Amino acid sequence: MLAFCMGWLRWKEEAKFATTMVIDFPDAALEAPTIEKKEATSQEIEIPWNVVVHNDPVNLMSYVTMVFQRVFGYPRERAEKHMLEVHRNGRSILWSGVRERGELYVQQLHGYLLLATIEKTV
Amino acid sequence: MEICRQDQALEIRELDPFLAELLRQVPESAQPKDSPAAEERLFSAPAAPEEKDLCAEWKVYVVPELRRLFQSATETIRQDLEQLQCTGKPFANCTLRIPLAHTDAWLNALNQARLAIAATYQFSDHELCDHYRSPLGSRRDLSLFQVNFYGFLQEFILREMEGNS
Repeated sequence: MLAFCMGWLRWKEEAKFATTMVIDFPDAALEAPTIEKKEATSQEIEIPWNVVVHNDPVNLMSYVTMVFQRVFGYPRERAEKHMLEVHRNGRSILWSGVRERGELYVQQLHGYLLLATIEKTV
Repeated sequence: MEICRQDQALEIRELDPFLAELLRQVPESAQPKDSPAAEERLFSAPAAPEEKDLCAEWKVYVVPELRRLFQSATETIRQDLEQLQCTGKPFANCTLRIPLAHTDAWLNALNQARLAIAATYQFSDHELCDHYRSPLGSRRDLSLFQVNFYGFLQEFILREMEGNS
């Protein structure tokens, strides 16, 4: 085991030397990688996203209510309140929270053919 | 035409040849095919256009899943519709039996068809609410009738599902 470790260390030293040789070679035109920095405060990262359902004259009101109950598990009254909000105001925020879960909700709503989008709260 | 619940199925009885033909057209009508407006409606964007990355990823990963889901619903109802291949008299009324286990597929396929037709013909809110429009003088009128007839079936299925839960 000791012999193996010593051998490996020796090999590693040689490899480092070899690497140094290549880098130090004057004609080696290595292009420096461009590193883009994107800064965001922890507050920005945690900004919740809204799941919004938009009005659609084709989808039936009873169907939309059923979908809200199924997707979000809302009781009938709450689902109807959101459905009427969509109908009267053109849109309703159904849920707010982390982006990944919001995307999943939008995917489910699209599976039921509702017009749904995800948007930042701010 | 008469619709009722019979054991573990919904039965549409005394279906006249015209309405039977409209039902046969559901799977076909659900396909956006040459209509970009229908395609856009069935596979709508998940976010505002500014969210370019999200919209692009959606097209790659989610849209194919949705396509499979919609296809599966239309395939299920296509099988149910085989009952309408009436072998008796050419213009006889027939009966369609929809198993309760297929009601979700029917709701989905009817919705696909209604949305695709409405997007293709760009029906206005006023037209969609005009349930007494008659007679059927054009392909557009017939399509509007189709949207309303499929909507009526959806309402019935929803009512039965609610009664069942």
